[in-house]
Amino acid sequence: MTKNMIMGGLAVFVLAVLSPFWFNMVTTTQAAPEPELLGPAKQAKKCVLDTYDMRTSHMSLLDEWRDAVVRDADRIYVAANGHAFNMSLSTGENSCLGCHEDKAKFCDACHTYTSVDPYCWDCHTNPKEIE
Amino acid sequence: MTQKYLIPLTAVFLLFLVAYAGAGAGLGWFFGIVFPYLAVIAFLVGFVIKVMGWARSAVPFRIPTTCGQQKSLPWIKQNRIDNPDTASGVFIRMLLEIFLFRSLFRNTKAAFNRNASNRITYSWEIFLWVAALAFHYAFLVVLLRHFRFFTSPVPSCVQFLEALDGIVQLGLPGLFLSGVVLPAAVLFLLARRLFDQKVRYISQGSDYFPLFLILGIAVTGIFMRYFTKVDIVAIKEMTMGLVTLSPTIPDGVASLFYGHLFLVSILFAYFPASKLMHLGGVFLSPTRNMANNTRAKRHVNPWNYDVPIHTYEQYEDHFRDKMIEAGLPVEKKE
Repeated sequence: MTKNMIMGGLAVFVLAVLSPFWFNMVTTTQAAPEPELLGPAKQAKKCVLDTYDMRTSHMSLLDEWRDAVVRDADRIYVAANGHAFNMSLSTGENSCLGCHEDKAKFCDACHTYTSVDPYCWDCHTNPKEIE
Repeated sequence: MTQKYLIPLTAVFLLFLVAYAGAGAGLGWFFGIVFPYLAVIAFLVGFVIKVMGWARSAVPFRIPTTCGQQKSLPWIKQNRIDNPDTASGVFIRMLLEIFLFRSLFRNTKAAFNRNASNRITYSWEIFLWVAALAFHYAFLVVLLRHFRFFTSPVPSCVQFLEALDGIVQLGLPGLFLSGVVLPAAVLFLLARRLFDQKVRYISQGSDYFPLFLILGIAVTGIFMRYFTKVDIVAIKEMTMGLVTLSPTIPDGVASLFYGHLFLVSILFAYFPASKLMHLGGVFLSPTRNMANNTRAKRHVNPWNYDVPIHTYEQYEDHFRDKMIEAGLPVEKKE
């Protein structure tokens, strides 16, 4: 190994380690999405989980709902705040997307930001798209 | 026997608790901003110093390990990869060493026969190689997947890697295969040190510490994703703040994340001072990266001191008369 090869390799390594820093300098960085409540959700003042749990654990809740509905035909979810909800992602006014009407803002903004690609929409459709 | 794993194990627990409790006590700016930056600086500076030191050190001899037939007479078949005499052969050898850990593949274990003869025998032991390969590649995938926290929008190659890693589509959030392989391989490597008495005898605290540290990092990461859950948007806001050099501490970042980040920072800071430097060292192994061409090419030690030398020709010129007089054979008769 010649000195030049070692120094060249070392330079490549340092650049690779610093890649998160320079990559964001040479590309335009998208800011974090600002969640906001729109339409019916703004008036409702109640949800299936409180805000922090919604942000952290909604996927687990949806997973449980899917099993409850598909396997046990159990369609009513009573939240910790005492309100009953229809266990549905996209059907009817009492579903997730019935209240949070804008899928792009309610689902996609954060999923795209954190590179999450849920397979919900392999089966479900956005009610807005049907009309 | 002293329990050499106890101090490293306790250290990893304490380090995690320090960050976990510290973040809860309002020291988030230290564990989330100051220490990660210091750790990256320590990692880079330490790494460069270490490799420059190796680059400066003397390699006076050709010392490749020869694991096959050397280049010899034309009708003797040479093993071009295991005993390379050209730069291209060395390149292939290094490629196989770095990406497939070829020398580890040859790992053998020594044991006494169980029968009356009680002779020592050496047998092929492949599991260290399998676990090492699984561990390193799972760690690489985990590392590359984390680029989703440092880029926005996330490049499609990172998304492709995530899709590939989560191909089993088990549960929600979907199971990543690397999240299973990495801890399993670390546990195997740890079990090997703990339960194989010969390996245990030569294992030091500095062998256990990286294993426990990486296990701690993996376990905290797995807990954040699959079990206790964290607010991932807030965490990405924070990591993006770090890499765009405008650090912020958003609300709702869980203490568990600070524990994870602190263990990662410790790993980075500790890296250049530890055995983990084999990341750089593997490229500089003189037993692997030199061509075995000492019979074809003369290699002069570059550190030979510059002194006037007295060759045989000069010696004979000097003493020719006396040598002829004494009847000694000479090359030139005047």
